[in-house]
Amino acid sequence: MNLRRDVFQAIADPTRRAILLLVASQSLTAGAIAANFDTARPTVSKHLAILTECELLKQQQTGREVYYHLNAKKMKEVADFIEPFRQMWDDRFNKLEEIMKNYKTK
Amino acid sequence: MELKTKVNAEAGKHDLVITREFDLPVELLFKAHSEPEIIEQWMGTKVLKFENKKHGGWQYETTDNGKVVFSANGVFHDFIENEKITRTFEMANAPFGVQLEFAKFEKLTDTTSKITIHSIFESGALRDELLKMPFAQGINYAHNRLQDIVARLK
Repeated sequence: MNLRRDVFQAIADPTRRAILLLVASQSLTAGAIAANFDTARPTVSKHLAILTECELLKQQQTGREVYYHLNAKKMKEVADFIEPFRQMWDDRFNKLEEIMKNYKTK
Repeated sequence: MELKTKVNAEAGKHDLVITREFDLPVELLFKAHSEPEIIEQWMGTKVLKFENKKHGGWQYETTDNGKVVFSANGVFHDFIENEKITRTFEMANAPFGVQLEFAKFEKLTDTTSKITIHSIFESGALRDELLKMPFAQGINYAHNRLQDIVARLK
C-alpha cells in the first residue's frame, strides 16, 4: 500500500477521522482501536500506518504493547492551514461592517 | 470566544464555505456587495467592471505602485437583491482555475444578517493550493496602507 504523507489525504478518510477522535481522549493499542471498528484488523493497521506516517499519530512502546496517541502539534498544523485565509476574510468583513455602520448613520 | 468569520474546508473535498454574521440589516450587507464604490473600500481593490445582472461581467484589479498585484474576473449568473449572488470567479495569472460561487444573504433580525459563501473548485487539489497561498502578504499590504494613512495624520 502506498503510504501518503499528505495529512489532508490522511484525514479525508472517515475511518481515519474516527480513529483520531478515538485516540484523542486516551492512548490505545492497535487491538483496542480495531475493536471499535467492524473493518478487518489489517485494514485498521493500514489506517494506523498512514496516520503514523504523516505524524498525526505517535507510537509509544510500553512493555510489550505499542500505544498510539494523538500528535496534538500536527493536528494544530492542519487547523492553522486555513487560518490565514479565514483571517483575510475576517479582516475584509470587519471593514465591511464598519463601513456600512457609518453608511447607515449618514 | 467564537470566531465571527468561519471557513469550513473539509479534507478531500473540492469546495469551501465562508460564513459570517453582521450587525447590519440584510439590505446594507447586500448593498456592500452590489455597489462598486463600497466594494472597493472593503475589498481594497479597484472595480473595473460591474454589471450586476444575469450574464453581466465583473472585474477587479489591485495595483501597487503601478504594478498589478491582484486581478480577478467572472460572470454573474444570478443577482437577486438581498438574497443571492451567483457568479464565477477566476483569478488572473493564478493556477486555481475557475470557481463557482454562491453568496447567500439572510436576514436574522431587523438589525442583523448573515452571509454564506459557497465556493466550488474544479478539484480538491486546486482548492488546497488556493488555501495555501500566502494571504498574510495581503494582510500586511492592508496594514502598511493603514500605517501610511496614520503617518500622514501626524
